Amino acid sequence: MSIETRTPKPVDAERKLPAPLVNPENQAFFDATARGTLLVGTCHACGELHYYPRALCPYCFSDRTEWIAAKGTGTIYSYSTLHRGVPVPYTIAYVTLDEGITMMTNLVDFAPGSLRIGQSVRVLFRETEGGIKVPVFTPV
Amino acid sequence: MSLNGKAYIVGAYEHPTRKAPDKSVAQLHAESARGAMLDAGLTKNDIDGYFCAGDAPGLGPFSMVDYMGLKVRHVDSTDTGGSSYLIHVAHAAAAIAAGKCNVALITLAGRPRSEGSSGTQARNYGAAAPDAGFEFSYGLATANGYGMVAMRHMHEYGTTSEQLAWIKVAASHHAQHNPHAMLRDVVTVEEVLASPLIADPLHRLDCCVVSDGGGALIVARPEIARSLKRPLVKIRGAGEAVKGQMGGKVDLTYSGAAWSGPAAFAEAGVTPADIQYASIYDSFTITVLMQIEDLGFCKKGEGGKFVADGNLISGQGKLPFNTDGGGLCNNHPANRGGMTKVIEAVRQLRGEAHPKVQVPNCRLALAQGTGGQLGSRHGSATLIMERE
Repeated sequence: MSIETRTPKPVDAERKLPAPLVNPENQAFFDATARGTLLVGTCHACGELHYYPRALCPYCFSDRTEWIAAKGTGTIYSYSTLHRGVPVPYTIAYVTLDEGITMMTNLVDFAPGSLRIGQSVRVLFRETEGGIKVPVFTPV
Repeated sequence: MSLNGKAYIVGAYEHPTRKAPDKSVAQLHAESARGAMLDAGLTKNDIDGYFCAGDAPGLGPFSMVDYMGLKVRHVDSTDTGGSSYLIHVAHAAAAIAAGKCNVALITLAGRPRSEGSSGTQARNYGAAAPDAGFEFSYGLATANGYGMVAMRHMHEYGTTSEQLAWIKVAASHHAQHNPHAMLRDVVTVEEVLASPLIADPLHRLDCCVVSDGGGALIVARPEIARSLKRPLVKIRGAGEAVKGQMGGKVDLTYSGAAWSGPAAFAEAGVTPADIQYASIYDSFTITVLMQIEDLGFCKKGEGGKFVADGNLISGQGKLPFNTDGGGLCNNHPANRGGMTKVIEAVRQLRGEAHPKVQVPNCRLALAQGTGGQLGSRHGSATLIMERE
């Protein structure tokens, strides 16, 4: 872990996230983020969790799916900060939730140079343009 | 049914333009088609099958068949991004074997350079794309998706930026001999590492060019191929695959080439050790490394060592690759790589590559493409061809 000698400026401090592309199937996910809940898919037929959540289980194709709350903690699977061609650099990532499934997200509120694959993170809900909240993660 | 020997690539043409603000996309398709017909020694009236993908303007095959004045009895607009054109070659061979057409034309063209396209722009496929709700806000562009792939590869296998840089170095050694290449200067590992960081850990010189242009291929029935006055390039084997996030079991350490490659080798009845030349899609340096491993040219995780020290340079290394300079230096029309990959493999098999990069007596070549992006979901296609 690098040692910061000043208060670090978050990489994406000034970035406003674009609004998510909502459709009839994923509306419930964003209803949940408004309440501070991260939903993942579970299947009552095969027992597997999946992400992103969907109507039919991507493993056994059963329609006995339900979207359930995840704990909101996990570890960084991979990440990359985009430095060029954008007004404000930002960091995209895959986070593996403690439930065992991996989701795309952004990493926020970290000291520059401090990110590591395998690092523990927890979910935050950040407002996008227009007000819908999406899950992002920050180091624990 | 095996495709092995069922069809031949009889025409191949790469449009020479790299910037075409004064041309339409349809025009670039048609000019590329005309070039391939002249190359094959065929005319428009010989074409009875047409293949195009999402880069074709308007309503794809409707618009382009009408624009070019073709009369065809078979069309296929399979779109798997930049890997489409390798799949089109295989689908054309299947259609020919099934008697659906005799001479199939495949075209690609686009003007991303004139239109200001960049690999740092977030892609938006609309709210109906099932993944879009869970990805668009996060700004998945092209460069940062591949950045995540490279980051994970480095973490798992100890791959270094220096090793990735060797891929660009090899491409630049080839591009110096291509008068049409966008970037013809030979670069060093140090220069790649000193270029600006675009998306960790990828530098500017790890990224392909953005170019206008196009290309076309003609695939024909064996009897027709033998009647033409061009070297015979036979299709030996093909494979295709689609790989994504697998319901949340995301694994960025391998690409769909791990599935399309073995299928193509099995159909061709050959092994990676038999391949004398390989066109490997190169949107980024990491793209090449992943596919080289997944195709079995080296073990998974050993790609970094394999590509280092000039091992991909023709006349110097074990696996001459992208002897036109590839997408990294030469050309990446429509932001899609598969077409130019097949074209350079055909040049090698015909003995028509630049003499400085021609593989001596090149009889067996492979072309590999992916489309979409390795950081989320992508198509992969592998094609094995033989000089008869």
